[in-house]
Amino acid sequence: MKTNKITDCIWEIPPTEKEGMRVPARIYATDKLLKEMDDGVFEQITNVACLPGIQRYALCMPDGHWGYGFPIGGVAAFSTRDGVISPGGIGFDINCGMRLIRTDLTLADVKPRLRDLLNLLFNKVPAGVGAKGFVKIDKKELAEVMTRGVNWCIKKGYGWAQDRDRIEGGGCLPGGDPSHVSHQAVERGIGQLGTLGSGNHYLEIQVASMENVYDEKLARAVGIFGQDQVVVMVHCGSRGFGHQIGTDYLRLFDTAMKKYGMTVKDRQLSCAPFRSPEGQAYYSAMVCAANMAFANRQVITHRIREAFSQIFNEDAERLGLETIYDVAHNVAKIETYDIEGKPTELLVHRKGSTRCFGPSRSEVPTLYRDWGQPVIVGGSMETGSYLCLGTGKAEAETFGSTMHGSGRTMSRHAAKRMIRGTDLQRRMEEHGILVKAVSMSGLAEEAGAAYKDISDVVDTMDAAGISKKIVQLKPIGNIKG
Amino acid sequence: MTQAYTFLENVVLSDMAFEAKGDTPAELFQAAAQALFEGMANTRRLRPRIRKEIRLRNTQIDQLMYDWLSELIYLKDKEGLLFREFSVELSQNSEWNLTATVRGERIDPKRHSLRSDAKAVTYHQFEVVQTETGGWKARVVVDI
Repeated sequence: MKTNKITDCIWEIPPTEKEGMRVPARIYATDKLLKEMDDGVFEQITNVACLPGIQRYALCMPDGHWGYGFPIGGVAAFSTRDGVISPGGIGFDINCGMRLIRTDLTLADVKPRLRDLLNLLFNKVPAGVGAKGFVKIDKKELAEVMTRGVNWCIKKGYGWAQDRDRIEGGGCLPGGDPSHVSHQAVERGIGQLGTLGSGNHYLEIQVASMENVYDEKLARAVGIFGQDQVVVMVHCGSRGFGHQIGTDYLRLFDTAMKKYGMTVKDRQLSCAPFRSPEGQAYYSAMVCAANMAFANRQVITHRIREAFSQIFNEDAERLGLETIYDVAHNVAKIETYDIEGKPTELLVHRKGSTRCFGPSRSEVPTLYRDWGQPVIVGGSMETGSYLCLGTGKAEAETFGSTMHGSGRTMSRHAAKRMIRGTDLQRRMEEHGILVKAVSMSGLAEEAGAAYKDISDVVDTMDAAGISKKIVQLKPIGNIKG
Repeated sequence: MTQAYTFLENVVLSDMAFEAKGDTPAELFQAAAQALFEGMANTRRLRPRIRKEIRLRNTQIDQLMYDWLSELIYLKDKEGLLFREFSVELSQNSEWNLTATVRGERIDPKRHSLRSDAKAVTYHQFEVVQTETGGWKARVVVDI
């Protein structure tokens, strides 16, 4: 497929390359990352470019790899008037996302108690197949979580009032309607609030050292003082609740498209007009799942605070366990952008991609409004992660979007053939990273070699001016399902 | 007993893909269910203590397969169960009718050698087809 170089970090596939493309496809990548991208990325992003109502470009971030319908790392914005909504552009794990929590502790404080801390977190934050959450709720309360998100958690004592200011959308997106959520989704999710999931989900204790701080002033502005400061990162989503909503509506749209005379090049791109009853039903159910995921990461934060408080025998407030930020990387949001000189409401699909608004944008919390929105980018458990800030250029070029992680390069089977989980665990401990995992085969699948180099990915979007890297965070302890 | 499914290693990077086979549609559906749960745990360690009955119907056999595997994933989360035995009957009138008895037990991380958690069945490269020799095969990719 013909791919033209626009800049050192931007490549474009023109609409002439595939019949039905309404806009060009653009991929953010260096030469190296582009060469490493699988063929599926090019196929899928050009399929996305064919969807009705798509604006400007079908975009793929540098961590892109092929997914279902949209590539992972895919971004596409649609007119809310005559565009579509597509579950494949959001993913089954609705609002899979990241939360970063700071502490006032340093490596010297935590290292002597790290194993005890990890063991306690492993008990307090269940992970893996069949894990049950500690939050016991009935269907009426679950409906309240669907519509109130983190607000429900704070009311119940699972968070601090200021947490809500440090979560994308205030931890509660408007428009959730529980009547559009199936009983199967309710039954799958009702026992899972407070669980991590499995696969590439994790709870990780990390260190911010001065040599990895790229901008000291900006780091301090978001609560990072460096000097071997300990932080905690959580990667998880809406669990079975969201997965079932994705299943229900993918199935519905597969047949509903005939009603609207629509066809798509890939069954996983099944969609419906956003303004149709089906489109609106899915959107409102998706919002319910997004709010569940924000609530899930909030109650997990509560357990993290409990664990630190117990181990260090001090209140979590005194330990400085503040949320820095919480971002969604599988979601569709209604946002306003300048289209041909006019502010225009669009439905932005981000599938394995993170919002990264710049300073002054009204959706950015007041406390970060001078700096830009924090962007949490999760790497593999061996290489670490990044904290970045959004920019105004992102709003102009990528519908305010950037990467979400490092992206896989190796299949799970290949990773398991390369290394056994127990050997990986031992190797990581030799390198100073303790790991507790429910599944050893699952652990092997998450080996660092199975992922792209996260620094390449982050540097690409930094060089492109889309998201600015602030600090690299190195892992010292990890919990996996 | 010959394994009636094969995990496909090069179809997906981050998830589970398998091809299941059967001489009859019922055998195919059993094989697909076996593959699904083998991807989640070592099913030889499961005891067939708890029994569930499943009834489904659809005009399209591929949609029926989607619904069958989705129902099993739903039961896994709703009731915390993993299954190892699948007894399926399939008949076709104006639509396909599935009646199945599945057996397994509650998930126990200490005994079950857990692997990946299935989130959902995808439509990616999804197919249920009759082969030239009259048998049946299915290709399924599961998001984990």
